[in-house]
Amino acid sequence: MARTESGVRGERAQSARSHDERVLMCGNEAMAEAAIRAGCRYYFGYPITPQNEVTAYMAQRMPEVGGVFLQSESELAAVNMVFGAAAVGARAMTSSSSPGISLKQEGISYLAGCELPAVIANVMRGGPGLGSIGPSQSDYFQATRGGGHGDYRHVVLAPATVQELVDLTIEAFDVADRYRNPVLVLSDGVLGQMMEPVVIPEHPETHEPPKPWALTGCKGREPNWIKSLYLDVNELERHNAKLQAKYAQMERDEVRYDTLRIEDADVVLVAFGMVARICRSVVRVLRERGVRAGLFRPIAVWPFPYEALRATRGRARVYLVVEMNAGQMVEDVRLAIEGRRPVEFYGRTGGVVMTVEEVVVEVEKLLAKEGVS
Amino acid sequence: MSEAVYQMPESLKHVVTHYCAGCGHGIVQRLIGEIVDELGIRERTVGIAPVGCAVLGYDYFNFDVSEAAHGRTPAVATGMKRARPDLIVFSYQGDGDLAAIGTAEIIHAGNRGENITVIFVNNGVYGMTGGQMAPTTLVGQVTKTTPRGRMVEDVGAPLKVPEMLAVCDRTAFLARCALNSPKHIRDAKRALKKAFQYQVDGKGFSLVEFLSPCPTYWGVEPLEALKWIDEKVLPEYPLGVMKDAPAQAEGA
Repeated sequence: MARTESGVRGERAQSARSHDERVLMCGNEAMAEAAIRAGCRYYFGYPITPQNEVTAYMAQRMPEVGGVFLQSESELAAVNMVFGAAAVGARAMTSSSSPGISLKQEGISYLAGCELPAVIANVMRGGPGLGSIGPSQSDYFQATRGGGHGDYRHVVLAPATVQELVDLTIEAFDVADRYRNPVLVLSDGVLGQMMEPVVIPEHPETHEPPKPWALTGCKGREPNWIKSLYLDVNELERHNAKLQAKYAQMERDEVRYDTLRIEDADVVLVAFGMVARICRSVVRVLRERGVRAGLFRPIAVWPFPYEALRATRGRARVYLVVEMNAGQMVEDVRLAIEGRRPVEFYGRTGGVVMTVEEVVVEVEKLLAKEGVS
Repeated sequence: MSEAVYQMPESLKHVVTHYCAGCGHGIVQRLIGEIVDELGIRERTVGIAPVGCAVLGYDYFNFDVSEAAHGRTPAVATGMKRARPDLIVFSYQGDGDLAAIGTAEIIHAGNRGENITVIFVNNGVYGMTGGQMAPTTLVGQVTKTTPRGRMVEDVGAPLKVPEMLAVCDRTAFLARCALNSPKHIRDAKRALKKAFQYQVDGKGFSLVEFLSPCPTYWGVEPLEALKWIDEKVLPEYPLGVMKDAPAQAEGA
């Protein structure tokens, strides 16, 4: 379980990378470069706003590092090209934004069922349907519940800064290889487009294990196969049991979260990704006004940090979940809190980003309602 | 002194297949096995089984095999070949997989000139799901979903895949063969071997269509199904090499 107090992660990261250059980059390009530094040499993608910087960057960079960029005919084709590259043992990636990620769900289910590692990034925009090109978090359910068919899970990493987007993208490849399972990086339209100073390690610590299962030609060994089809129901149940055991291990080992001033907080804000940044400012403003506010931020939204969040309810009196959607992660927060404390929700939809003041007002209203002074 | 003149190819597993009596898949897979052996490429070949009757291909081929989602086989093959150009990658697809749900993938893999070999088995019906209409079903043919026969006005005409791909500049080799007589099967092997050889030589995208019998869902006896191909299928789907760009280039 990775628990980081705010700021610690950043400082430690910086000192370890004193040789690496600090550059100004937008999130989408930084993510693309991070994937390359993590050893990804095969990227397949299809144009969609607001992730087009990824395809453009990969088109420029991949040939420079001896890799392959291929613009596919569709999102379906892109994720299946990733499937092919992963099946022969390569580190491969695709990215898209919400409507395109819906199309990739078929492929993600097959990747999970066939136990193939891959990294998929969703630079979320407003929905449903074609929606808007504004930033959103309305794919939380799709991301954390398995948007495709069948009983499968995958780790979902939800960065809040461009630096964290870089760090988690690099980590995503290791996590994918460790479990032979797809990993989703959950970005959004703001994070993808915003420019921030960022350090992308030249040679990041990354561990790509041997892949004896890969389809590399059967020279000197029995043939390998990659499949998710088990027509015998008992055999398929055994396959599912194996997958579920993997997911249970992820739930033990891949929990990631961050906290800010929750030790004495009466009101705990819960937010992920970009909204967590807004909530940091909300906490600061409220503290200046004498309100004991804190922030709990899941970094991995699957597995969700239920236990860690549950542990905060001894001190906290009320929770406010803030999301750029109509209320999705709030369901996980309520599962964690188990009805012992009020869990309220505040959200904006359609691609609208809430202001700090807006959330401050919500907290003040909530405190008045709950009689917390 | 005795000499083996006919035996199982090393590239096929010695197992009983699940195919119906008189099905063409067994013949196609035998041809693949022979060709992979003859070209000496078994240890670097990767096959991709489709969704459809050939879905259990990985149980029959004695080399590395993957499954793929319905129709996405050419995209999976693209990913494999781009990542490992030294592998010999073939995509094995039926008519529903390739010509209906996977139309975008096959056209674009062909149009990019991916250096892969596509084996397209056309028996005019969806077999695995119980004999529904395929894009290649003959006009007037009765299937589970065309109980009054395929009507052009309603669902269009039989789709000619190699002809369609021939207009894509980057496709290298396109041919149509039949599996209903020893002569046709010999011709089919010659075409398929060329398709694999072209991939070995880096000549680009090749596709061989096999007109294949499906006695079960045509509702006829196996021998009658072979005649059915001569009488009903061949007039709609002419045999031959539709495109041989490398040979044309050499001749020019």
